[in-house]
Amino acid sequence: MTLFDKLWEEHEVEALSERQSLLYVDRIFLHERTGSVALNSLLEHGRSVRQRQHAFCTMDHIVDTRPGRSDDTLMPSGRDFIVATRSAAHETGIQLFDIQDPNQGIVHVISPELGIALPGLSVICPDSHTCTLGGLGVLAWGVGSTEAEHALATSTLRVTRPKTMRVQFVGRMAKHVTAKDLILYTIRSLSASGGAGYAIEFAGPAIKALPIESRLTLCNMATELSAFTGLIAPDEQVIDYCEGRPFAPQGAAWEAACRHWQTLQSDTDARFDCEHQIDIESLKPQLTWGTSPQHCIDWDGEIPRAGEAPDEATAVSWQQAQAYMGVAAGHRLSDYRLDAAFIGSCTNSRLSDLREVADYLTQTGHRVAQGVKALCVPGSGGVKRAAEAEGIDAVFRQAGFEWREPGCSMCFFAGGESLGEGVRVASTTNRNFEGRQGLGVRTHLGSPLSVVASACAGHLLADLSP
Amino acid sequence: MTPFTLHHGIAAPLLRDNIDTDTIIPSREMRTVSRSGLADGLFAPWRYSNADARVADPDFVLNQASYKGASIVLTGLNFGCGSSREHAVWAMMEWGVKVVIAPSFATIFRNNALRNGLLTIELERDRIQRLARWVSTDPQANQLIVNLQACSILSEAGGEKDVFKIDPMARLMLIEGLDEIGLTEQSLNLIEDFENRDQLRRPWVYLNDPR
Repeated sequence: MTLFDKLWEEHEVEALSERQSLLYVDRIFLHERTGSVALNSLLEHGRSVRQRQHAFCTMDHIVDTRPGRSDDTLMPSGRDFIVATRSAAHETGIQLFDIQDPNQGIVHVISPELGIALPGLSVICPDSHTCTLGGLGVLAWGVGSTEAEHALATSTLRVTRPKTMRVQFVGRMAKHVTAKDLILYTIRSLSASGGAGYAIEFAGPAIKALPIESRLTLCNMATELSAFTGLIAPDEQVIDYCEGRPFAPQGAAWEAACRHWQTLQSDTDARFDCEHQIDIESLKPQLTWGTSPQHCIDWDGEIPRAGEAPDEATAVSWQQAQAYMGVAAGHRLSDYRLDAAFIGSCTNSRLSDLREVADYLTQTGHRVAQGVKALCVPGSGGVKRAAEAEGIDAVFRQAGFEWREPGCSMCFFAGGESLGEGVRVASTTNRNFEGRQGLGVRTHLGSPLSVVASACAGHLLADLSP
Repeated sequence: MTPFTLHHGIAAPLLRDNIDTDTIIPSREMRTVSRSGLADGLFAPWRYSNADARVADPDFVLNQASYKGASIVLTGLNFGCGSSREHAVWAMMEWGVKVVIAPSFATIFRNNALRNGLLTIELERDRIQRLARWVSTDPQANQLIVNLQACSILSEAGGEKDVFKIDPMARLMLIEGLDEIGLTEQSLNLIEDFENRDQLRRPWVYLNDPR
């Protein structure tokens, strides 16, 4: 059996048809953008949260991230979402990590941090990046508001069983290559729809060696492959990570949980519906040039020519993307000046990400280039406090970065904040869609290292090699 | 949910791959804490040459007089990818879309559509292109008839019929207009049985209600 099969069976309440089952949902996490709609609808239908101690809510999607924030946002109606969510959370009795709560932060950053997401649990959230938690061996997937409401009311969801895929990484990652490069390269290789209909297990020696926060980064973008979810088998490193977290079990329950988690891996004879092997020995840092995460090249590669496209539809999509991005086929990304740099989001806003950037700034002594607006938005109150205790905030500030309060922020225009039309931004986020970071904004995705190097060079990716 | 059996309407081709939910309804267009008030922001980045002033872009298919009243969208691979926002489905339905036909859909979008009575049909790319060519010669006249009972798409005047496959459970839910939560509530005793068994197996999963 595969890890996914084991998790599926463990949560199956009832087989509804050949391919659909009623699955038990262990934890539900909401946020103020779509959670408020789900909670309000639940209340309007006269229903309640069936297991309120298993449901949580944070403020991340709309809340302002500028220092000294309140319920107000640049988007005039942002306040309505915040107030409605607070009131619905109180009425239903679910735990809310409100704006002033020390643990407030991006949902997929705080749920592992607080031990709300634990290996083997099923966790849903009305957010497509819920698959992030797969990095801990959590069966986690994103849903819409109606499904969130279903889970709140019944502690279950009706789920069509995906097929299983294993992506094995072979070879060692070179210095300066990160989990972000690994997942961007995977999307580039398999395409933005390459994981459609699959639950993907990431495996191989490179994964075993990957620190937990990097595993979260990797699984975060499984949704960019259109996969149902991404997963990594929990190991000793995961168990160490979870121990002592506020919502993690203690004592005998902890011991029992650890024993169980050790069984959560694919059997050696497990059969997957699909297998891929990706050699990462010579992998270089990856950057996107277009408007889909699959529009990705080596940092020093050439932007592809429509004539090289495998088919007509791809050629047209490349041309459309190049027109939007204001880049030309055959050029390199280093040909383009940068206007902004963003470090944050559920992909890359954890302590290890911020440390990596701070180390780069300290070691090189570089500062953000003139004319580049640079922001760092820590993923949670916990990340922010830990970074400040290490003096990381000072390193960022001295280098010319703004240092913000936790939230999703400019990943998608949260709270109505934007960079401006035509602005070219290097971003540690997960989506480079047209208009994602604001109308007309041109987003290039990359690792925290790539983004900081670009910000300091003033153009896309300076050479990271020593 | 309103039952879906048959739909007869004008189809508009939007033949791009990977149309994401940020494009279908940008975050900045989701202004109220509700499922409504979204139609105006549908496809805002493409529909308006100036979104703030709501200046229509005449090149966008849904702005063209020949496609006025379109209720069927013919589109590309992996439609609805990206953000899980159900607002994408609500915006399309509020605007008047009843059916989306694509070579494939992103899973969350397809689930969201199903739970709101928006029919998503998977059809091969060349068949979609053929339908698009035919409707575009005279969109108002060349309408499509989508029959969910028969799982067929009839090109009215063309007389051609495309048969599609759909998950039997999804089809039943759409035809009957079933409320999924109500349906699952009928299994409440099974859910309780599961919890009783599971608490012995995975006791650490079950947190105490502090209140």
